[in-house]
Amino acid sequence: MTDGHLTDLLIEEALISDLDEVQRLDALVTAHPKPDHWRLLIEGSRTSPESRFFLVARRGDRLLGLIAGEIRVWEFGSPPCGWIYTVAVDPDARETAVGTRLFQAICARFRRQGASTVRTMVGRNEHLVLSFFRSQGMMAGPFVELEMEIRP
Amino acid sequence: MNLQMATRHALFAVLELASRPDEQLSALDIADRYDISANHLAKVLRVLGRAGIVEAVRGVGGGYRFVGKAKRLSLMDIVSLFEPIGSPDHSTAPGARTPQGQALRLVMTEIEDTARSTLSSITVETMLKLAGRMDAP
Ligand SMILES: CC(C)(COP(=O)(O)OP(=O)(O)OC[C@H]1O[C@@H](n2cnc3c(N)ncnc32)[C@H](O)[C@@H]1OP(=O)(O)O)[C@@H](O)C(=O)NCCC(=O)NCCS
Repeated sequence: MTDGHLTDLLIEEALISDLDEVQRLDALVTAHPKPDHWRLLIEGSRTSPESRFFLVARRGDRLLGLIAGEIRVWEFGSPPCGWIYTVAVDPDARETAVGTRLFQAICARFRRQGASTVRTMVGRNEHLVLSFFRSQGMMAGPFVELEMEIRP
Repeated sequence: MNLQMATRHALFAVLELASRPDEQLSALDIADRYDISANHLAKVLRVLGRAGIVEAVRGVGGGYRFVGKAKRLSLMDIVSLFEPIGSPDHSTAPGARTPQGQALRLVMTEIEDTARSTLSSITVETMLKLAGRMDAP
């Protein structure tokens, strides 16, 4: 891949008007439409730009990828830490470093706000997403995710 | 968790060859670098050759070279050629059907699932980057 390939790729904060494109991308990646979820995330990033982040990658008027996260402070006793809760790249634009650019951009914002760690949670069997985060240098951290059913 | 000796040798051989994709190295070259038995390594290299991960180069200066895809080949792909991660069936082991045996199975499955997930999501290229961040002896 050449630099030229990436020069027209713009990584920036999402706008409310991106909602349709965000939902189009979500539909390509997951089977659960969730318009309210995306709207709240984008709105949150607009109203709390120091702690909540929703970035998109665009080329022209096409949205090629998104990444969202936030800074959480003293959660489980942990100092300020950037959390990534979603990343997705249009299948037609994958493996051209769009995901890497989004990851680097959100980490730069986390760093600017004082976080020195970035954290995420990925399904054990989601090898593609796991391989992606590991290729960025991420490893298992000091926390273990625990859960149980609480049905009545 | 410990890996068997053959598995460790295979991982070292693949990482060494993949870090120098344009070169061919003999079993002795690799064995010297990791202080392991060249005889044992030669057997391991044959298994890796049959799996299409390395290729034997014949003739003077012959040796092995890496022909896999470093960006796609996971540690699990290599490990599983030499040993299973987690035993698939413990149901016939003594005590397996008792509640304690079943509870133990649940705990062991949690450990094995994590090991499999870790090994499956680390590619040879990611491992080379990781090694690049470690201090040389
Ligand atoms: C994971 C994902 C974001 C990666 O995006 P991408 O733009 O293709 O990633 P990049 O091109 O920046 O790749 C970076 C690294 O990730 C790894 N990677 C990417 N695609 C891979 C694949 N198909 N197989 C193995 N590793 C892969 C590689 O190590 C790659 O490094 P390389 O380019 O040197 O090979 C993208 O595949 C995706 O959107 N997947 C679905 C995500 C999803 O399900 N999201 C919803 C829940 S969070």
